[in-house]
Amino acid sequence: MSNKTMREAINETLRQEMQRDPCVIIIGEDVVGGRGGTSGAEEAGGGAFGVHSGLVQEFGRERVIDTPITESAIIGAAGGAALTGLRPVVELMFVDFVGVCFDQILNQIAKFRYMFGGMAKTPVTIRTTIGAGFGAGPQHSQTLYPMFTAIPGLKCVLPSNAYDAKGLLAQAIRDDDPVIVFEHKMMYADACEVPDEPYLIPFGQANFTRKGDQVTIVAFSRMVHLANQVADKMAQEGISVEVIDPRTTSPLDEDSILDSVEKTGRLVVVDESNPYCSMATEIASLAVCEAYDYLKAPVVKVTAPHTPVPATPSLEQAYIPSTTQIETAVNTVLDFDSPRAAMG
Amino acid sequence: MIVNLDKNTLLDAYRRMKTIREFEMRLRLENEAGQLPGFIHLSCGQEAIAVGACMPLDDADYIASTHRGHGHCIAKGCDIGDMLLEIFCKQGGLCGGKGGSMHIADMNKGMLGANAIVGAAPPIAVGAALTAKTLKTRGVAMAFIGDGAANQGTVFESLNMASVLKLPMIFMYENNGYAEFTGVSYHLGGGDIAGRAKAFGMPAEKVDGTDFFAVYEAVGKAVDRARNGDGPSAVEATAMRFFGHFEGDPQLYRAKDEVKELRKNADPLSKFITRVTDSGQVTMGELTAIDAEILAMLDEKVAAAKAAPVPPGEALYTDVYINY
Repeated sequence: MSNKTMREAINETLRQEMQRDPCVIIIGEDVVGGRGGTSGAEEAGGGAFGVHSGLVQEFGRERVIDTPITESAIIGAAGGAALTGLRPVVELMFVDFVGVCFDQILNQIAKFRYMFGGMAKTPVTIRTTIGAGFGAGPQHSQTLYPMFTAIPGLKCVLPSNAYDAKGLLAQAIRDDDPVIVFEHKMMYADACEVPDEPYLIPFGQANFTRKGDQVTIVAFSRMVHLANQVADKMAQEGISVEVIDPRTTSPLDEDSILDSVEKTGRLVVVDESNPYCSMATEIASLAVCEAYDYLKAPVVKVTAPHTPVPATPSLEQAYIPSTTQIETAVNTVLDFDSPRAAMG
Repeated sequence: MIVNLDKNTLLDAYRRMKTIREFEMRLRLENEAGQLPGFIHLSCGQEAIAVGACMPLDDADYIASTHRGHGHCIAKGCDIGDMLLEIFCKQGGLCGGKGGSMHIADMNKGMLGANAIVGAAPPIAVGAALTAKTLKTRGVAMAFIGDGAANQGTVFESLNMASVLKLPMIFMYENNGYAEFTGVSYHLGGGDIAGRAKAFGMPAEKVDGTDFFAVYEAVGKAVDRARNGDGPSAVEATAMRFFGHFEGDPQLYRAKDEVKELRKNADPLSKFITRVTDSGQVTMGELTAIDAEILAMLDEKVAAAKAAPVPPGEALYTDVYINY
């Protein structure tokens, strides 16, 4: 056990999984870097976010494969390789780039198992980055996981810390279905205690990052930390807030969320995505449809606005849900004077 | 010159081509009778491409196909009865009845799926070729690509990727003259499919797609090259389809006598028969005996497909890891 950043935890997982299974390959743009350059460097960066650093030295370019800039061919090749016996781990540098390879995700890898009557396995892992905060603007900052969550056949994973990143990625690589792992680019340097040995975190098991009984906050990815901060602050004021990190949006641990809502009767959902057809909408819908009798207040959703992500740092900060907004939302559900309560 | 093929191989080629023809003619009738769900795309007229391309392959090699894929499946060795069950969307079909005509696949035969998205197959074949290269199986992967698909970005990306990674892959272009309802003389910038592939640094041969021997020979060379680790190749075979884009297409884009002329001068089966009987390698009697076997087999298997039960209701929910 030692303190590791999320970047280090992911790198360690990739190394361990590649050691464990010779069919695991890494494929993507500049996952090593340096080919065709003039420096002769064996490695140039190890990926745009440095996640693959040192892997080519151990596994060679046959298993850590730099491709041209060609997202459709990368995702499609990963799908075809998975159908025929490899276990590819793709890096899609930014989730925003899905615009140029969506067919291969939507109509190909997500469909093979069902469309072929269960005869095909598609063990593809797509690692991709999400999230605002870098000033990178509309095409490099989105959090499109709700869109993928809506597609049957895909598993969607959102690690919110280095420990989860390791266990969830190992599970993803060993999984026989296509899995998309959404890594928040503002969290690669965030560190926590991570065991050295391999371990798995099953999909569909939420993590209760704070225990409480007055308000439930369901938050995703980086928003978990903001929710934790709010819970800690309000605890000092005597307010007991429970924070749930679902860790995977598909499969979704509905039971944990409903159990908590039945206990607290008050729900806030925090999602860095745009508001319509978001996970916030989905969780709110879940609570209303499945736990209506327990709700003491309307569900409050804290999301980004329905705009692209601006590059302007001040506007970008206004775009990202804040602790202030989350705290206000918690107070709103706490202060709500329920007509149902008045009716007895 | 006739490629040096023994009699059994010639009869096998004929059987596969004739099976495709009769199989699809039956589908046409069944579709007209309202028996088939969904869209049916026939490849009659292109049988020599499917068979010429697949005969140099074996079960350990891969193909990724198109929406016009019945011929490819048959040529690659998929079971006819299981294919029919699938096209009728019945229980026991190759995909459990859930794929249908445009998504037939058979992992045991290296058939990675017909594909209802034009141009989607080449990246998948790139991946299969990557598996073959990585695991050193000496297998090859082939993508079928229509002239319409030739304009999709995925095809260019795949040509580049296969070239960069030096993959054991064959880009099998089927130029049938039309992308849906639009002719190749309009839709194909530059007018030269093989030339496009050549620009990615691979051999790209143009052949008459109604000539089984020409296709077989060109693909054979490409397969050898791939197995020897020399990288990808392309073959552009031209053969016009006898029917519309889909069954029911009124074909308003075709001249009145175009298909009549094709049937007279560009029927791959007639050409094959003339050639092998003229050379004395095969007799007409041997071929007509095969015809009778195929028709009897289809009678039996079509009847079985019609009589088969539909998948049970719970099949809707199987083969996904979760449903909500």
